[in-house]
Amino acid sequence: MHFSGLRVVKEALTGHRGWKPLWRNPDPKPDYDIVIVGGGGHGLATAYYLAKTFGKTRVAVLEKGWLGSGNIGRNTTIIRSNYLLPGNEPFYEFSMKLWEGLEQDLNFNAMVSQRGIINLFHTDAQRDAFRRRGNAMLLAGADARLLDQNALRQILPYLNYDNARFPIKGGLMQPRGGTARHDGVAWGYARGADLRGVDLIQNCEVTGFRIENGAIRGVETARGFIGAKTVGVAVAGNSGRVMAMAGQRLPIESHVLQAFVTEGLKPLIDTVITFGAGHFYVSQSDKGGLVFGGDIDGYNSYAQRGNLPVVEDVAEGGMALMPMIGRARLLRSWGGVMDMSMDGSPIIDRTGIAGLYVNGGWCYGGFKATPASGYAFAHLLATDRPHATATAYRLDRFARGFVIDEKGVGAHPNLH
Amino acid sequence: MLIPHPLLGPRDAQEFTYLGDARLLDRPAPDTPDAEAAFCAYVYLRDNPAGVHRELWYHEQGDRSWLVVTRDTLTHEILGAELAAGIVSARPETAV
Ligand SMILES: Cc1cc2nc3c(=O)[nH]c(=O)nc-3n(C[C@H](O)[C@H](O)[C@H](O)COP(=O)(O)OP(=O)(O)OC[C@H]3O[C@@H](n4cnc5c(N)ncnc54)[C@H](O)[C@@H]3O)c2cc1C
Repeated sequence: MHFSGLRVVKEALTGHRGWKPLWRNPDPKPDYDIVIVGGGGHGLATAYYLAKTFGKTRVAVLEKGWLGSGNIGRNTTIIRSNYLLPGNEPFYEFSMKLWEGLEQDLNFNAMVSQRGIINLFHTDAQRDAFRRRGNAMLLAGADARLLDQNALRQILPYLNYDNARFPIKGGLMQPRGGTARHDGVAWGYARGADLRGVDLIQNCEVTGFRIENGAIRGVETARGFIGAKTVGVAVAGNSGRVMAMAGQRLPIESHVLQAFVTEGLKPLIDTVITFGAGHFYVSQSDKGGLVFGGDIDGYNSYAQRGNLPVVEDVAEGGMALMPMIGRARLLRSWGGVMDMSMDGSPIIDRTGIAGLYVNGGWCYGGFKATPASGYAFAHLLATDRPHATATAYRLDRFARGFVIDEKGVGAHPNLH
Repeated sequence: MLIPHPLLGPRDAQEFTYLGDARLLDRPAPDTPDAEAAFCAYVYLRDNPAGVHRELWYHEQGDRSWLVVTRDTLTHEILGAELAAGIVSARPETAV
């Protein structure tokens, strides 16, 4: 089923009777060449690129709930490639380029919107740091513009520039950053993978690994044993829990991050604003809701819900940045479990077990990475070699002293 | 969350800073042949359980004591709290 404007018109005229489900719902086969654990954005993107780019179609994605029930459907949809360090920035810029061609590639409307992202700064020192970051972005082929306060006032006239604690002096803008519809991304990748023969198996929790002589032989699941000599784990916040079943301890803690959306409002914020100093960031969805969030709650959690102190902290950040937000009514808040790594950067690597690979540690920033993470993980699963942009995301980087610590806070997952 | 402080009674978790897994109390010996690997695991690797977790909280805006809090990471229910100093001093190797 190909989506097009013509098709929409035709269906409208014929009572919308021709639409089909986006994917099949197959029973699991006894074995596959490659099994992917986790049907979130990263697992589905991995399956899609395995089939499309690497010609692997005896592939299954095993998801314990329904497709998109995890963080891919809970995030605040921001995409950007505004990192500083050489281990990160080329990877995220690769992801941004994939975002730019994604909808044509998938023939699916993922509502990719390059409305720009602006990180605010408040001191001379912070401006220097942002200038350096902008230069690093330009060197990696991304785009960046340093805005002074006057330029910022033209774009965002409603901010409180004279906050006593954090007066706004300017911002670093990435014009190509923006947002994408998170569910649409999951559905688009799922449909693309299914069309190419990948089995997407829902309600199929992986409960154990079968490992013989140091090599993976398959996975135990809620729907029986499924054989595979190559298994890729992409379970986001559950990485620690799932890899423990393979006897591995990871440099990861699971933490909860909350997000919020207001009632629908008239168009107001036409970009993404991050106020890092005040633990607050905001954008506006196409339905009109202000979508915003702040810091993680800060303690280990698998609960998929947070506590009130952080709600208060985020609301205070919003009030400090743009006092008019106090007039908006909150519609919903929710939480997701994220795998916070020890240096704040992800892992896409082999494990000590032959044929078992892990993709995790995405912290609060893995949505933007979805296309590149899927591509790089597919590359690793298909060729046993890391993709050129993901060579730094090794599991042993902590032991070797090659951490990728953007914030420079050390081995404290709740501070990244 | 309310943390049942053994000396001060129930205190708002906001008064505390969170450090992480209470196994951080078990600092490896620096003079063994496998000390390097042991320290790497100590600094970077975590069990990260879904369920009961023993963890270190520092009463920064209170009496500045370190507590070992036992908490369920699936429900946030707090099952108990002890003074970390008490746990360490009760160990045979710290006894004088
Ligand atoms: C509130 C919030 C806001 C965020 N905002 C942003 C943002 O603005 N920009 C950004 O870039 N990132 C953001 N993130 C982070 C981003 O959402 C995640 O890093 C990313 O979605 C993780 O990858 P995923 O999509 O594969 O995860 P998920 O969708 O969580 O996929 C993992 C899947 O694995 C499944 N699973 C777990 N255990 C098993 C098992 N044993 N067997 C089978 N399946 C299993 C889960 O059910 C789940 O569906 C945010 C996260 C949260 C929680």
